[in-house]
Amino acid sequence: MKNNQSWIDQRFPLSKVWNEHLAEYYTPRNFNFWYFFGGLAVLMLGMQLLTGIFLTMYYKPDAAEAFASVEYIMRDIEWGWLIRYLHSTGASAFFVIIYLHMFRALLYGSYKGPREFLWILGMLLYVLLAAEAFFGYVLPWGQMSFWGAQVIISLFGSVPVIGPDLLVWILGDYAVGDATLNRFFSLHVIVLPLLLVVLVFLHLVALHHVGSNNPDGIEIKENKDKDGIPKDGIPFHPYFTIKDSMVVVGFIWIMCAVIFYAPALNGYFLEHANFVEANPLKTPEHIAPVWYLTPFYSVLRAIPPMFGSQFPGVLAMFAAILIFFALPWLDRSPVKSIRYRSPIYKWALGIFVVSFVMLGWLGLKPVTPTYALLGRIATALYFAYFILMPWYTSIGKTKEVPTRVTE
Amino acid sequence: MSEQTIDLKKRRFLTKATGVVGAVGVGFVAWPFLSTWKPSAKTKAAGAPVDVDISKLESGQLVRVLWRKKPVWVFKRDESALDALTSEDLISKLADPNGTGNSKNQQPKYVTSNYRSIENKEAIAVIVGVCTHLGCSPTYRPEPGASDLGGDSWKGGFYCPCHGSKFDLAGRVYAGVPAPTNLQIPPYQYVTDSLIRVGIDQKNT
Repeated sequence: MKNNQSWIDQRFPLSKVWNEHLAEYYTPRNFNFWYFFGGLAVLMLGMQLLTGIFLTMYYKPDAAEAFASVEYIMRDIEWGWLIRYLHSTGASAFFVIIYLHMFRALLYGSYKGPREFLWILGMLLYVLLAAEAFFGYVLPWGQMSFWGAQVIISLFGSVPVIGPDLLVWILGDYAVGDATLNRFFSLHVIVLPLLLVVLVFLHLVALHHVGSNNPDGIEIKENKDKDGIPKDGIPFHPYFTIKDSMVVVGFIWIMCAVIFYAPALNGYFLEHANFVEANPLKTPEHIAPVWYLTPFYSVLRAIPPMFGSQFPGVLAMFAAILIFFALPWLDRSPVKSIRYRSPIYKWALGIFVVSFVMLGWLGLKPVTPTYALLGRIATALYFAYFILMPWYTSIGKTKEVPTRVTE
Repeated sequence: MSEQTIDLKKRRFLTKATGVVGAVGVGFVAWPFLSTWKPSAKTKAAGAPVDVDISKLESGQLVRVLWRKKPVWVFKRDESALDALTSEDLISKLADPNGTGNSKNQQPKYVTSNYRSIENKEAIAVIVGVCTHLGCSPTYRPEPGASDLGGDSWKGGFYCPCHGSKFDLAGRVYAGVPAPTNLQIPPYQYVTDSLIRVGIDQKNT
């Protein structure tokens, strides 16, 4: 055994990688609940890849056959329903995890220096994941697949001057059709998964270079013992691998409960209209994206057309996502963690969370004058969190940060 | 053997020149790949005109046909609906009633104003049923006074379920809704009195 290991180590840095990234990778000992989600996100990526590979064996990316092939998987393939529901419910679970993972960064200032690049890689992952989910939702070729694609792709048609040509280029036709479905299939099963895997790798490389933040927002590397080991750090393996495996068990319980008892979660994970085959002649009574994209959809709807164009709304929608990238440079606070932030920051974050949830909820609702007004208020509050950040993070009294982690 | 020195200037120039030529090459190679996303020859050929028989079309009835994969509505408006289209009450609520503003490219030249249909065939409307906002297909709501669409101020028309845009029975957009322009009127012609061909302009008479 020992000989085998040294044989490999002479030819491949196995022990070196194992030690650097697991057995001797020191992680802050004060991790709490919020630090579960990075690991769970990796698990979800793995599960989506695994179930996706099996779905691809039976799915037919053809406008005439796609809907029936999904029903075939659901009804006639042994255990096909489980694989499909794992994948469709998995998409929503993935976003629950990612949103909690991102909120953790807001809570503890994990995007602040020296982790700016780690944050940017994470945001790129989020954008790619949203695209991946969108393309995936088109594939079953139900009514929501079709009309959701129609609405989202039409956004590109509103770009001034090149819009109409760009639209036809994306569609490969003059309307959403077979060509569109086929290329989205390719993007969903090859291009984006590859990019996601590569970016996750880079995200982890960046993480292991700068080290994890923690609920106190302290750099544990600034306090090392005589062996050069952070005093507040414990090796990732076995301590957090064991802890995370318990988290995985708990997560699987919840996942199973949803998959076995409410796989469509009453229309939130799989919308009712998507159980009807795509019909280009008839828009469903009410269309909305799946819940994880509704906040941005609400921003789009909140902006009225200007100069006879829908483009300003489209810009606002993309700005609502892209502005997250600027977060490390908007935040001027001397402290990272919410524990030591000024009261005004706590209010700002609270209002932001309310506005984000509000936008998400409104995006599921039809447009009425009241909802339209609420949407505009929530949009203004959403952007205010970012635009006013340099101001409200530089005023207000922060608490003194301890030199060692608490708990 | 002469003494060799490294000419850094020359090396930098060659590095940059190679880089530029390489980038141009990448650009040329990208073109065929990106071009595959354009509509294929088969797709372009599939946009042929569509015939619609209107001999059995009742007043108020709407039929949908697919032209270039888009829904096209062909429907018959009754006298009171036609009167409503010219009423000041309705016109004052529209964003571009004459189709001369933002909507000037949304209809062929030969359709009449207000009715947006071919002259002497005012009752029959032919409209591309794709919302000019984000491409949903609006719902046919011909009944005046529908309580969910504003009661008495609703003169009949189309309501887009996606984002709440409203259009009248000539496909003209109401002011203050998300859709920026009137619905598109496709090129069409009467082959006979009861047969419409969608996709070809009317012949000059």
